[in-house]
Amino acid sequence: MASITAAKNRLPWWVGPITVSTVLVLFTVYAMYVVFFRPDGQYQSLLSPFYSPPVGIPGWMPGWVTAPMLVLWIPLGFRATCYYYRKAYYRAFFWDPPACSSKAQEREPRGNNYNGERALFILNNIHRYFLYGSIIVVAFLWYETAVSFFPEGGFGMTIGSLVLLTNIVLLSGYTFSCHSFRHLVGGNKDCYSCVKSGGSTGSEVRSENFLRKLRRKTYNGVSVINGQHASWAWASLFMLLIADLYIRLLQAGVITDLRIF
Amino acid sequence: MDDRTADGGGLAPQAHANANGTAGENGKTTKLKIFRGDAEGGEEVEYELPMVEGMVVLDAVLNVQAEQAGDLAVRWNCKAAHCGSCSAEINGKPKLLCKTRMEEYDGEEIRVHPLKAFPVIKDLVSDVSWNYEVSRSMTPFTSDAQAPFTMYEEDVERLYEPKKCIECFMCQDVCHVLRTHNKHAEFAGPRFFVRAQWMEMHPMDNQNRLKYLHEERGGVGYCNITKCCTEVCPVGIKITDNAIIPLKERVADEYYDPAKWLMRKLRGNRNGARNGG
Amino acid sequence: MDRNGANANGARERYEVQEHDVLVIGAGGAGLRAAVAAADNGLSVGIVTKSLLGKAHTVMAEGGIAAALGNVDSEDGWQTHFMDTMKSGKFINDWQMAEIFAKEAPQRVYELEQWGALFNRTDRGGISQRPFGAHTYRRLCHVGDRTGLELIRTMQEKVLTTESKVYMETTVTKLFKKDGRVVGALAYTRESGKFIYIKAKAVVMATGGWGRIFEVTSNSWEGTGDGVVLSYDAGADLVDMEMMQFHPTGMVWPPGVRGLLVTEGVRGEGGLLKNAEGERYMERYDPQRMELSSRDVVARANYTEVQEGRGTEHGGVALDITHLGYDNIIKKLPTMHEQFLKLADIDIAREPMEVFPTVHYTMGGVKVDPETCASSVPGLYAAGEVAGGLHGANRLGGNSLSDLLVFGRRAGEGASAYVLESTHSAGTDEREVETEIGRVLLPFENKAGTESPYLIQQELQSVMMEHANLMRTEDSLKEGLGKVLGLKDRLEGLRVQGSRLFNPGWHTAQDVRYLVQISEIILRTALERKERRGAQWRLDYDGPDEELGRVNFIVSKDGQGEIGIEPREIPPMPEHLSELFREKVVDSAGGERRGAESQF
Repeated sequence: MASITAAKNRLPWWVGPITVSTVLVLFTVYAMYVVFFRPDGQYQSLLSPFYSPPVGIPGWMPGWVTAPMLVLWIPLGFRATCYYYRKAYYRAFFWDPPACSSKAQEREPRGNNYNGERALFILNNIHRYFLYGSIIVVAFLWYETAVSFFPEGGFGMTIGSLVLLTNIVLLSGYTFSCHSFRHLVGGNKDCYSCVKSGGSTGSEVRSENFLRKLRRKTYNGVSVINGQHASWAWASLFMLLIADLYIRLLQAGVITDLRIF
Repeated sequence: MDDRTADGGGLAPQAHANANGTAGENGKTTKLKIFRGDAEGGEEVEYELPMVEGMVVLDAVLNVQAEQAGDLAVRWNCKAAHCGSCSAEINGKPKLLCKTRMEEYDGEEIRVHPLKAFPVIKDLVSDVSWNYEVSRSMTPFTSDAQAPFTMYEEDVERLYEPKKCIECFMCQDVCHVLRTHNKHAEFAGPRFFVRAQWMEMHPMDNQNRLKYLHEERGGVGYCNITKCCTEVCPVGIKITDNAIIPLKERVADEYYDPAKWLMRKLRGNRNGARNGG
Repeated sequence: MDRNGANANGARERYEVQEHDVLVIGAGGAGLRAAVAAADNGLSVGIVTKSLLGKAHTVMAEGGIAAALGNVDSEDGWQTHFMDTMKSGKFINDWQMAEIFAKEAPQRVYELEQWGALFNRTDRGGISQRPFGAHTYRRLCHVGDRTGLELIRTMQEKVLTTESKVYMETTVTKLFKKDGRVVGALAYTRESGKFIYIKAKAVVMATGGWGRIFEVTSNSWEGTGDGVVLSYDAGADLVDMEMMQFHPTGMVWPPGVRGLLVTEGVRGEGGLLKNAEGERYMERYDPQRMELSSRDVVARANYTEVQEGRGTEHGGVALDITHLGYDNIIKKLPTMHEQFLKLADIDIAREPMEVFPTVHYTMGGVKVDPETCASSVPGLYAAGEVAGGLHGANRLGGNSLSDLLVFGRRAGEGASAYVLESTHSAGTDEREVETEIGRVLLPFENKAGTESPYLIQQELQSVMMEHANLMRTEDSLKEGLGKVLGLKDRLEGLRVQGSRLFNPGWHTAQDVRYLVQISEIILRTALERKERRGAQWRLDYDGPDEELGRVNFIVSKDGQGEIGIEPREIPPMPEHLSELFREKVVDSAGGERRGAESQF
């Protein structure tokens, strides 16, 4: 592990930002393709995660509106405002800064117009609302995953259902390791055990009821997975692509969905 | 500064760096380049010195100071990575000189420069007094409760991490908001977000610093969470994840969350009256 | 305000003039606590520190702060803490200081908590306390192994809320007196080399110790004993100057970190000392307390083991904490784990550390009044490591941090009371200022000089290592004294080059003068105390001497400017204290323990 880190440190500073921007551009192009040109994501019991929840398109909408358009803005917005992706695109696209060494920072755009997240990017503060939406989407995806375990009515397992399961596990990891979620479950509290914060007579008894204990445990748990938020972000992104591609290949008849039992 | 040469300061037994043939116990020598200069400018000077096993960059710099350049300015104190005095930039990255082994740069050139986000005084010493002004501008920890406090480990365990800060100011140095964009007048910097975080999350603190962080000197909105501070922290504080983002979330509660805003309106709470508990 | 002074060439040297009610020299725990006390009294306070604020040697205190809170062992009380302190100091401590100390330490800890310091907690939500060498009960309030950092940061942030003016990276070179009172000081800013003449009605000396006279020390470059020499030059009495504490466990390898402290907390958490043969040898030195014996005993044991050929590869002994397990080590000793991993490539969760005694602390120092911390010179106060008396012949681990706060506060209060009562004005004849500036600039002007300050410092350090180490003999001390006097003569020839802008060569030229002076005092007092007592271990005498056990050696500058040494009788303990050592003590909590115990 140490040698990997060392090798990574020896790479030129621009390798990181260039890689990230390339991957993000490719993903966006692919997502746009799906949104605009692929109205259907269903293959037998498998529904591509891009299409969940499967909302119906109201009749009054123009004909070019596809199902993904109605839902995909939630997970995409969630990612676009995510604290990790913010770091990634500020570095990769805006080069602000591209990396942390003095050489890299010399390349950073200068001038007096730097506003950080005080101007346009102030919108990123909406992140928590995308989180709320994403939690609903994740719930649907769990449902779709469950459905995929009943390929022909009865319980069974196909490669496709495993793909969806992996996808939803990673997506849940990503969603629930979110910084806003961490804030929601405990980061906004100064104290779990005290009766109130900001004051103590020094003699009050610890009031550890079930809810407080649950809150503390949840916060600690979320804190642990939050440490790996970046890994969850990348893993779930790639898995999303894989899941969608898999179903698309099935649709095209290139492969068949192997049944395990 | 007319006499800024490689052999200044206390009369050195060895006259000049490159003429110096003394070697370590195994006869090995090593080289490093040190920035010599002041506010008006300067240049790198190369020194050669005996290589000692396990040597850190500070050992090398002090050896140069004692043997070759008596007036070479460098800050250091504990030499154990506890005090955060010897921050400088090695090959463009902020490092504690006392914690960076020469062996880490095996085969590479070693170039030592002062912190760049602050005005250079001389050689490896920068003027970091700005940080103390920022510190003074913050509302200190305040409690209306009387110590001894009753607080439990589970409530304070997340405060130990920000409390580890040794004020080396390397996070301040690497932060592009200060280093590149010079927002010193309206941005407190990672070190002080770390301080704000423990005070804000302290169960016994009764102050609210969100206005400071958002509208005043704090300027947490300038931070675009690009995590260089976390990368350089020598005591491993996850500054961005555990200090800045939690504060940004609290600022969002207060300023950007319509639901919270509505709830405050209904309850009649104003800004700054957050009870936290 | 700028004034003109003369440098050695007669050219006028401009200097800045400042005035304060109280000038605190040193910004470690004691200095900062004194400043807070004086500022709370509404006085104008100046704080001078050689480093940046918050970098003082206090940050190196790792183990904890000793105070008899009784949070973990409810039987603990000030009486036991007092007795432990006196016994460890081999009864040459100032018992009045020790009493005040033991009684006030808990208040100072709570005060620190009030100001935002965070300690590890007990299950009941109180401040957790850990065991430490020669403390009867678990007594050290701590936060992991970085308690000193917590203390200094808390005090630093507290001081920044006051109006005090902080002169960072500034060195004091002389105290000025007028009509027998201390009335100001000359300082220079290290950064610019410019002089500041600071008028003050009272001065609190809190400059810490002088470990830098030794080569192997846990002290930073700052530990050059400026304050003790400044006070001595101003006429103050010094006490117990022969008493240097060797910490039993300093790092041994690699060479660059030799002497770096390995916290006593390692032994507090159960660390075992073993020699190269794997023997847990403390059994032979102190079978009762083993590794947690007092520091002087453990240091001598470690030293002896290596001397007698049972040392490890790099000339140390093994300190083993592996049995605690990785998780506990990371939780309780994170700094140590990191320190060894990073600097010595050793994972202390897997293999033992190599350790050897390192110079750590100076028990002696400026003699002060226990109530007010006043020195024998009006207007001069001292607190913390630079003051002597509390710790006697050996300091208990953890007592230092509480010492800083208890007596720092008292010095600040004492100085405040003195300033508020008196009507004298601060400042002295400015010709004195000019003369001093000329003297300080001398190494730049000294064209004939050939001496490097770094070299003299190195030579002094090896002389003291050889002749004033933790085992001493008359012959060796005398030989050392001769060498130190030789170095003293060579100070005349100091010469530095470069500009005055942040010039460490020039700074070292100031320090080395202090170091040589202190070394001479230490060697001379060590020659006087002809016995084995605590840190003073004379191989040419068999044991403690009853007569000498009743005196302190007081050092002061005599009429000729030479070192005067005088034995001073320790007044007998009052009944309420002496009875503690005679009887079974039943404290308020109902716990009991034997008071009488062998001194040695």
